[in-house]
Amino acid sequence: MNEIPVIIDRLSESFLLNCQLFALTLIFSLPLGLVIAFGSMSRFYPLRWLSRTFVWIIRGTPLMLQLIIIFYAPGLLDMSFTWPNGASGRFVAAVVAFVINYACYFSEIFRGGIESIPKGQYEAGQVLGMTKTQIFFKVILLQVVKRILPPVGNEVITLVKDTSLARIIANKEIIMMAGEYSSKGLIWPLFATGIYFLIFVGALTLLLGWFEKKLSYFRA
Amino acid sequence: MAILEVHNIEKNFGTLQVLQGISFSLEKGESMAIIGSSGSGKTTLLRCLNFLERPDNGKIMVNNEVIFDALDPCTQRESEVRKKRLHFGLVFQNFNLFPQYTALKNITLAAELLAKERPNFQKDKRIILKEIQEKGEMLLAQVGLSDKRDYYPHQLSGGQQQRVAIARALAMEPDILCFDEPTSALDPELTGEVLKVIRNLADRNTTMVIVTHEMAFARDVADRILFMDEGVIVEQGTPQEVFENPKEERTRQFLTRYNES
Repeated sequence: MNEIPVIIDRLSESFLLNCQLFALTLIFSLPLGLVIAFGSMSRFYPLRWLSRTFVWIIRGTPLMLQLIIIFYAPGLLDMSFTWPNGASGRFVAAVVAFVINYACYFSEIFRGGIESIPKGQYEAGQVLGMTKTQIFFKVILLQVVKRILPPVGNEVITLVKDTSLARIIANKEIIMMAGEYSSKGLIWPLFATGIYFLIFVGALTLLLGWFEKKLSYFRA
Repeated sequence: MAILEVHNIEKNFGTLQVLQGISFSLEKGESMAIIGSSGSGKTTLLRCLNFLERPDNGKIMVNNEVIFDALDPCTQRESEVRKKRLHFGLVFQNFNLFPQYTALKNITLAAELLAKERPNFQKDKRIILKEIQEKGEMLLAQVGLSDKRDYYPHQLSGGQQQRVAIARALAMEPDILCFDEPTSALDPELTGEVLKVIRNLADRNTTMVIVTHEMAFARDVADRILFMDEGVIVEQGTPQEVFENPKEERTRQFLTRYNES
């Protein structure tokens, strides 16, 4: 019985990896998603085609497969580029795969949000002599943020649980850790992992709700 | 001397000829109402003046300066257009206020952004922003909404929103203020307050181009009436000339239909 605190300690420690992967993915995929969204809306056809094809490929294949390809391809194809050795290399590869994958999903949410803003908002800014950049950042962006908060919240919550997929390239995240116990016949740690995810998602839900309330002072 | 001269403006959408050679001029301090049935090209003409549409042909001059010439690509460059469009202000049919800003901020936002380009902005920041703020408050008072300065658009009625939109357009001190059916999106009982504001502007000799379906208002306020049909100016003159003694058959038909309904 006295090994329970030890197991909980090790689970918590491995959940830290899930948290780090989650945070890094968000930090990089949100801005990258915006860039891809602009690519998908570009008036320059080759760029639009490239962006949309890329999104199709990334959304059209499993994240698990992307993890495997991104991690093993440099070695298998004999590229000069290789991931760093050991755990850090596996983690960086996972971050890269997650960022690319989530950026594509975010880009479609952003595109939908941006395209849903009435043309009149742009025109009002234009006739007042504002530049395109000013119109986007001072007028459009906050309205977009307000509109896309629910679908972005959905993606963010999915991301929390998707971080577990990183174990496919041997990142020691929480489910992989619990799996080591269950393979020895101890099943409760696996069930316990659910509690970690539930608490994390619970906190996120509160945060998203708070944010939504913050933006409820206007209607768009 | 004419403040605005429009020469032979043509605009096509695909094969549809929306404007087929529009020419007119406007004196400083004059208010002109453009009337005509839907699809006659009134709104497109206003949008051309405000650079929201690019005419396929023609020339626009303000104070004898060419601000648009279809034959001269230099006048169509993005940076040029931005400066030149400030000769015009536009009040939209459906207001298009910025929902995330208060009434006052809606009025001051563009002026504040423009002020940042002034060379002395960093040095005199406080004074400049204070001036803009005070002017915004003055304009709010002018449209009778001083008590609504901190309200967001969704907290205002349609009529109040349109009055804020008028103040917002005035804040950039345009030479010519354009109205695109300013009361068409309003409940009938709210049109009065907006028309009153426009009437006040006319009394102050604001140069205006007003596209409207409010015939009584056009007749009352405008110095000149311009009747458009199928992309051409059919007839123009004083309200008395156009409404009481229309020369053209098409004008007569239009006005009769209007009086019947």
